[in-house]
Amino acid sequence: MHEIEITSGRMNPEIDPILHAWGWPIPLYLFLGGLVAGILFFSALFYLRNESDKYKAGVKIAPMFAPFFLTIGLLALLYDLSHKLYFWKLFTTIRLESPMSWGAWTLSIIFPLSILWSFLFIKDVFPSISWNSKLLDQLHELVKKFAKPIAWALLLVSIILGIYTGILLSAFNARPFWNTSILGPLFLTSGLSTGTAFVILLSKDHHEKLLFSRIDMWLIAVEMFLIIHLFMGFLASIQVHEDAAHLFLGGPYTAVFWTFVFTLGLLVPFLIELLEWRGYKLPTSLAAVLVLIGGIIFRFVVVDAGQSSRWLYKFMESSLK
Amino acid sequence: MPRYAMTIDTKRCVGCADCVVACQTENEVPVGYCRDWIVQETSGVFPKLHLEIRSERCNHCEDAPCVRTCPTGASHIVEGGIVLVDHDDCIGCKACIESCPYDARFVHPEGYVDKCTFCIHRVQEGKDPACVSVCPTHAMIFGDLEDPNSEISRVLRTKQHKVLIPEAGTHPHVYYLL
Repeated sequence: MHEIEITSGRMNPEIDPILHAWGWPIPLYLFLGGLVAGILFFSALFYLRNESDKYKAGVKIAPMFAPFFLTIGLLALLYDLSHKLYFWKLFTTIRLESPMSWGAWTLSIIFPLSILWSFLFIKDVFPSISWNSKLLDQLHELVKKFAKPIAWALLLVSIILGIYTGILLSAFNARPFWNTSILGPLFLTSGLSTGTAFVILLSKDHHEKLLFSRIDMWLIAVEMFLIIHLFMGFLASIQVHEDAAHLFLGGPYTAVFWTFVFTLGLLVPFLIELLEWRGYKLPTSLAAVLVLIGGIIFRFVVVDAGQSSRWLYKFMESSLK
Repeated sequence: MPRYAMTIDTKRCVGCADCVVACQTENEVPVGYCRDWIVQETSGVFPKLHLEIRSERCNHCEDAPCVRTCPTGASHIVEGGIVLVDHDDCIGCKACIESCPYDARFVHPEGYVDKCTFCIHRVQEGKDPACVSVCPTHAMIFGDLEDPNSEISRVLRTKQHKVLIPEAGTHPHVYYLL
């Protein structure tokens, strides 16, 4: 026998019996952050390729949503803080070893950039809009003048936004399920994929929908590849990593993950987009919706499973059965 | 510069939890929360059983992941190697809680993140932490590892000891004498 128990009684709120200090606000923000990263990346990319009129939804319309998505995400993060009134302390220092600090500063750059980027296209998307302000006219001219540097900046910062969320989780070596360098690229790919899915839903141009579907198809292929390697890596690693992998290979997250995230969220959209590329007539919007729903469920599952994976006190979980 | 550490003799610890109560009293830990706790580990096949009793807490790791991931620097290491949380810098993001392989931290009802402080307010006055000072079997020793003549240095030189999950890579400063 091997029995471990805490005899003095320990039930720290949010910590015991299973760590759940991070609830729904975190996965919601991770999803919105990834989505915005994808939206802004492709918008900047096709703008720089001078294809903004060819891909109106991708370049001009989708970024309009970015500031709103970021606001919701940031409000969710603020809500999650347990010492909310001190949130501004995040911006009194930059700590290079803390991915959370990188995130705070990345967001402080990308948020105003996304507003400026939306402002650049506001007259294209809403032709009836007009303002009686010389200041706004001057600002609009200024943004138009610096559109190319802003686009390059967005290209870089959106990649950082998309990848840092995964790096953030992987930096917590105390949570074996997150402690893998695959998580960063996986979150980035997922974010870019949800970005393309969003554009597909917004677009009314068949040509644009087809292109973004093809891009999404490749992104999903990479995502599936990374997920397979995530589990292969865990199974070939130390005991705590193996235990973490088993959460998804027979454990409590098996059904949710492989049905809703892998099959419905990745494999089915991939097949729809593949067949579409081959010329079959299929509802692209269905693939896009599945990708978006799969994306958010993916983040909820990852955040929850990470907190379920641990080095010590695994016996506490049996108190739930 | 001192380097503080603690040893707990697993053969003397009886699991009375006086250390838990003392900590609770000394540091005004809110009811329902604990900064330290008693773990009993039994292994073997009856009647050949082995029992190990440990008093556990924050290990004040040398390579503390909680300090590394803190975005504001609220989690910091002071002279002596004690890991502390500055209540006025803590935003309650709980990154440190996610980072601790020992699950030693918790969110204090007042909003900041809290944990064992090695009773630094007592240490600065030359006293032992509350838990060490009340232990009825004198199972706990607290001292300076940099001082070769301190009781803790002598004990660690002469007795077999272990730390919890050394493979987590954090270099903890709480040692368990075997």
